[in-house]
Amino acid sequence: MSILVNRDTRVICQGFTGSQGTLHSEQAIAYGTQLVGGVTPGKGGTTHLDRPVFDTVAEAVEQTGATATVIYVPARFCKDSILEAMDAGLELIVCITEGIPTLDMLVIKERLDATGGRLIGPNCPGVITPGECKIGIMPGDIHLPGKVGVVSRSGTLTYEAVKQTTDKGYGQSSCVGIGGDPIPGTHFNDILGLFQDDPATEAIVMVGEIGGTAEEEAAEFIAANVTKPVVGYIAGVTAPPGKRMGHAGAIIAGGKGTADEKFEALESAGVKTVKSLAEIGDGLAEITGWG
Amino acid sequence: MNLHEYQSKDLFRDYGLPVSRGIAVDTADEAVAAAAELGGDKWVCKVQVHAGGRGKAGGVRLASNVDEVRAFADEWVGGRLVTVQTGAEGQPVSRIFVEEAADIDRELYLGMVVDRGSRRVVTMASTEGGVEIEQVAAETPEKILRATIDPTVGAQAWQGRAMAFDRGLSGRQVNQFANVFVQLSRLFHECDCSLVEVNPLVVTKAGDVHCLDAKINIDNNALFRQSDIGALRDPSQEDEREAQADEFGLNYVALDGDIGCMVNGAGLAMGTMDLVKLHGGAPANFLDVGGGATEEAVAEAFKIILSDDNVKAVLINIFGGIVSCKVIAEGIVAAVTQVGVEVPVVVRFEGNNSAAGLAVLEESGLAIAAASSLEDAATRAIAAAGGNR
Repeated sequence: MSILVNRDTRVICQGFTGSQGTLHSEQAIAYGTQLVGGVTPGKGGTTHLDRPVFDTVAEAVEQTGATATVIYVPARFCKDSILEAMDAGLELIVCITEGIPTLDMLVIKERLDATGGRLIGPNCPGVITPGECKIGIMPGDIHLPGKVGVVSRSGTLTYEAVKQTTDKGYGQSSCVGIGGDPIPGTHFNDILGLFQDDPATEAIVMVGEIGGTAEEEAAEFIAANVTKPVVGYIAGVTAPPGKRMGHAGAIIAGGKGTADEKFEALESAGVKTVKSLAEIGDGLAEITGWG
Repeated sequence: MNLHEYQSKDLFRDYGLPVSRGIAVDTADEAVAAAAELGGDKWVCKVQVHAGGRGKAGGVRLASNVDEVRAFADEWVGGRLVTVQTGAEGQPVSRIFVEEAADIDRELYLGMVVDRGSRRVVTMASTEGGVEIEQVAAETPEKILRATIDPTVGAQAWQGRAMAFDRGLSGRQVNQFANVFVQLSRLFHECDCSLVEVNPLVVTKAGDVHCLDAKINIDNNALFRQSDIGALRDPSQEDEREAQADEFGLNYVALDGDIGCMVNGAGLAMGTMDLVKLHGGAPANFLDVGGGATEEAVAEAFKIILSDDNVKAVLINIFGGIVSCKVIAEGIVAAVTQVGVEVPVVVRFEGNNSAAGLAVLEESGLAIAAASSLEDAATRAIAAAGGNR
């Protein structure tokens, strides 16, 4: 078991024939992902990476039976691409692209809430169920099929957490990068709930960062709904207020959204927090007794 | 991106929002001429900087004759204004705004911001005009009234009227306030703002609602479709190194420590700074070289980090994902040779081809120390910078 994706997930790629789409589609195919085709308007009827290219998402879904899509199109076109994917009825939309205007995301989020659609990202590494399905830009080879669910707002910090759980031999059930934007399609709570219900997930690693209140909301959710052990790490203790730290969403605004507040909220919810990102694996060992 | 007050008021005027007549000027002579052109016998002179708290810092003054206008311009043009929102060095003043003075009866606050919790643009109206909204929120939250704007239908007049009645406005002020609310929301959405503030929004002695100040922040991600607004950018108000980093696709934020950090990924870059602090050191900066971390990017990153004289050691932390650490190692060697790095450099590689990357560093013969782990990298960089502070 796993969450969101598995060996049977049929995936298409929007922006398939572009440089990013091509590079990461090749990697996904090599990993064993069932990438069944792609969409590039105007290139319908051709093939790319031995897979069919379609003009529209609806056509791609009809012809391939895909249930998931990954989006690599430039930021200015993402709102259009995401809404097209929603209209085609795809269950899972993963948007890797960074730099989508915030007001575009407000409209997308409104539509997602109204239709029950699921968008992971934008500005995220994607989703992987190790050994089965890789959708996104994460390096496949650091993962190991296993029992830890990883959810994170940051790409390379996810890799650190994954590497440490692989080195310990625990492996991962699934890993989800929800992205570094202020308005993500999916929040910690959604993913925490899926991990809680997933029999293959025995413990959870949650990696947050400064800005917003998603970690505080997650702490409340964990206290009420999550019985599995959770290790939490928050990046940005040393970040100065009012400065955007790389990610559009990583900013302490009006004194709110500090790492200290988030650590405190997680601790009061019973989460095992680690102050050093090098101790995520050790923290898991401590609360699970896995050794 | 931030706009100056005079630029924000131009946009306000475009949307039919009530603002005073004013002229932005660069010299004392122009300031005097502006006062003459505006007429009247009272003017408000305001320095134009990207920071709040101007009034308390002396950057806003009521002038009752042209000599006072001239004196204000002489004092400030070419100077620097230090407010609670700037660093100790303050912000450079190259322009001042001369405006008609208004007779104020009462001061309110009206602001709009993207609220991450509700995933909506939220409007805040407060009776505490002229006070920072964060302070009101902390001390007297009951004085703030909120209205959320549905992204599919936009702001509605009834929402504005409800707020106006609640804030104790009456007569024609109610519709004036509602109009300000609706038009401000239109401006917010059409111009891709991330924040709009009118502080204070006043009721004049004549009984009219009037926007006395204007502050606008624009979402940088939307500048591709806001070229007119993008042209209003004032680089003099931005940190020089941050702007330089931005040109090369790097994210840089200066801090006050002595260990320069170069990391791929924003989250890992923050985590690396935190790790340095946890081990008793002090990071000199946040710097995300991005996923690619090419030779050019690494060379530019070195130049920016080393332009800070406080830096005594550089810590490079790379988690090779799709990109190979070997390629990055070659970039580091080339950059160190090209830039002439004279401080100790500690490198930690993890992930894709990390062993080959470390071998490249070793073979280079340069004084680059390879760390075996994250913690090792942090402690070695701290030792190289002269130990704990």
